[in-house]
Amino acid sequence: MLRTIGLRRLLEVATTLLGVSLLAFFLIRVAPGDPVLLLIGERGSDPEQYREMAAHLGLEQPLIAQYLQFVANALQGNLGVSVVSQQSVIEELLARWPATIELGVSALLIACVLGIPAGVIAAVYRNSVADFLIMTVSIFGYSIPVFWWGLVLILCFSIGLDITPVAGRIDILYDIAPITGFMLVDTLAPQVVQEYGFSAFGSALAHLALPALTMATIPLAVFARTTRSSMLEVLSEDYVRTARAKGLSEFWVIWRHAFRNALIPIITVGGVLFVTTVITGAILTETIFAWPGVGRYIVNSVYARDYPVIQASILLIGIFVVLVNGLIECVYRAINPAVGRDSAN
Amino acid sequence: MNKVFALLTFYSAVLVSMPAFSASNLVYCSEGSPESFNPQITLSGTARNATAPTLYNRLLDFEPGTTKLVPSLAKRWEISPDNRSYTFELRDDVSFHSTAYFTPSRKMNADDVLFSFNRQLDKEHPYHMVGGGTYQYFQGMGMDKLITKVEKLGDHRVRIELSQPEAPFLSNLAMPFMSILSSEYSEQLQRENRKADIDMLPVGTGPFKFRRYQKGTSIRYKANEAYWQGQPAIGNLVFSITPDPSVRYMKLKKGECDLVVYPSPSDIAQIKSQSGMVLAEEDGLNIGYLAMNTEKPPFDNVQVRRAIAHALNKQAYINAVYLGNAELAINPYPPSMWSHNDEVAQYEYNPEKARKLLQKAGYSDGFKVTLWTLPVSRPYNPNGRKMGEMMQQDLAKIGVEVELVSYDWGTYLDKVKRGEHDMVQLGWAGDNGDPDNFLYTLFSCDSVQRGSNNSRYCQPEFESLIKRARRESDLATREQLYREALRVFSEDVPVIPIAHSKVFRALSSRVEGYVMDPFDVDNFFPLSVSSNRQQ
Repeated sequence: MLRTIGLRRLLEVATTLLGVSLLAFFLIRVAPGDPVLLLIGERGSDPEQYREMAAHLGLEQPLIAQYLQFVANALQGNLGVSVVSQQSVIEELLARWPATIELGVSALLIACVLGIPAGVIAAVYRNSVADFLIMTVSIFGYSIPVFWWGLVLILCFSIGLDITPVAGRIDILYDIAPITGFMLVDTLAPQVVQEYGFSAFGSALAHLALPALTMATIPLAVFARTTRSSMLEVLSEDYVRTARAKGLSEFWVIWRHAFRNALIPIITVGGVLFVTTVITGAILTETIFAWPGVGRYIVNSVYARDYPVIQASILLIGIFVVLVNGLIECVYRAINPAVGRDSAN
Repeated sequence: MNKVFALLTFYSAVLVSMPAFSASNLVYCSEGSPESFNPQITLSGTARNATAPTLYNRLLDFEPGTTKLVPSLAKRWEISPDNRSYTFELRDDVSFHSTAYFTPSRKMNADDVLFSFNRQLDKEHPYHMVGGGTYQYFQGMGMDKLITKVEKLGDHRVRIELSQPEAPFLSNLAMPFMSILSSEYSEQLQRENRKADIDMLPVGTGPFKFRRYQKGTSIRYKANEAYWQGQPAIGNLVFSITPDPSVRYMKLKKGECDLVVYPSPSDIAQIKSQSGMVLAEEDGLNIGYLAMNTEKPPFDNVQVRRAIAHALNKQAYINAVYLGNAELAINPYPPSMWSHNDEVAQYEYNPEKARKLLQKAGYSDGFKVTLWTLPVSRPYNPNGRKMGEMMQQDLAKIGVEVELVSYDWGTYLDKVKRGEHDMVQLGWAGDNGDPDNFLYTLFSCDSVQRGSNNSRYCQPEFESLIKRARRESDLATREQLYREALRVFSEDVPVIPIAHSKVFRALSSRVEGYVMDPFDVDNFFPLSVSSNRQQ
């Protein structure tokens, strides 16, 4: 039975990725713009030079042939070479991916730690001043323009109060060779600690604070609101009343009985938020804070019509979404074994 | 609460215990990631700054801050009487960088010059196809057709033969794409089967050696202590890649950068008044213009073109679009360049005169046209849309109904190249300080097909003047020819030159010796820093 489910899932994943690859490939080519002309700019090129460049980039082939070539190469782990830098796309992306993940995970962590308790408090003290305050702030947080918010935080904490650095991943004078690509991890490498002590780690942490806070603002608001509505629903259930009637303490009722059952929608939202925060949130936040992640890289590649980079990025994002969804499903099963049984039947 | 306090204590402790960095570090806040570390294969200004003034030298170089040519890796040169053969005598005391990945066994010699030229010139060269096989500058400047032979005459003597005399040739040799790379290093990479590394792990003769590039984050250089012009005062040069201009300015304010590229125009006034900061500015070697498609009516009529020129209030654009940070253009290149001619037909803002010219041309009721506005901010025109709206209002006053159109940058260039436009905003930034680089590139008959002549202007008298000037070696005669060409150009007015925008850098007052460069390149070699960086 398990094997059938596994195979079915695998087939689903393969179909999804095939769909993603088709979209990734054709969508960007439907959009106007020519990578060769964008490279050349105002300079112009004679027809022979133009043809040579297009041929080198494989653009003179029929679209179907280009697509098949792309899929054949992708299956062998070769995602092509960037039109702009002539470097392997996979290497370019892998060098930037950890920065984005590090920022995304930190942002989500902040959002969870602050947003979920805020939502629980708002639900438990429904219609109180605390509830009103939390919901007002969360609406504000949700509708805030990220670009403006980032600059306000810099002005406030970096320029005004002088407690955080302005931008970047670490003070530029620390020369840290990337090992994992995660700055918080790399700064704890023995040779780094030997050279700089823990000050490099401190600098990385300080640099992470503002971008993570900027990126956390929207998910934080969503967490607070989802937790509140989910908790309100659960708190009115009969079993919560029963638990109270049994004389359990209010703390125990809320966290052990109500919260655990309210978690499923929160986790779903969390999963979706993780994907959207990491991918879409990254684009603006990375630009403001000079954060060298994939978001900024993809945007620049779209501007330059760097086809290989764009299609590889979309494919990798597709894989990432599939992985996150798989992970969420595992968490569901752990929390509520009935989920697993349902899908098995 | 105690835990929070402990955390805060830890946090402040690690921040306070930052190591003291040497006073000779310079942090340069650049705007983007270079696509490569070889100026032969790059076009972007970002890559140019990260390579040409730091890592490499050329046979000749521009004297920093000027367009004047000075000897560099070549001590001296001779030109044959027919102007088709150039013999260079090379310095014999120049070393290539000794780095973690390459140790040179000999000084720079003729083999390195041959390698650097032939990689771009010879399609059969073992390195020609490395990095894509397209050398956009080399080909774009016509060097592939111009150079017929590069010959080694001795260890330190090289002869270059040309298919025809071409006056700007020496200036071209000082451009970044003519940087000299190490032939010995190329042989090592070829043996190790890692030819592509030549463009990403660079070895040059310049004032700084490459140490490390972290994609999207930083580029680290170390002073080349064996530099043939002397050891640089800056020990460690770090490019901190910061794409947002406001953030670059804040980093400078906080002492996280020493030198900031392209500050935002809205921050200029603040930078000027800020203590501890200096604003460096220079008239850019550029032109922003409005081109009219001379192949299409009504712009095939010179009277109409003149009418449009009189109708546009250029000074108002300079005030509103460039925020005053530009100079009103008379010629298609700035007054700082030799042969600039202000004794030409000038079209002052005069709607009345414009209306009369339109009547004379048979358009007393005006006409309807499209005007393409720049979709991206370019150094020569920061806000095409705004300028377009102002032009629309100006032209409405003489009965010309303008529809503003724009496309994304790639499509824009593509459609302009095909000549689909009526009027289009574009511009140019000079490469080598030679008038030919503006007039031939933008207005010659050859350039129509290339897509860089946006007015599609091909006029026999003008063409003959710029072609003669191109082959002439006597500077005074060339100047005369260009001044005459500019006169013809102004009568015909195929494009309306609008403005030469200024170029800015913001720097910390602890940086000394900074000189602005007309080619928008930052020269780090003459720089020094006066005291320790603020922590």
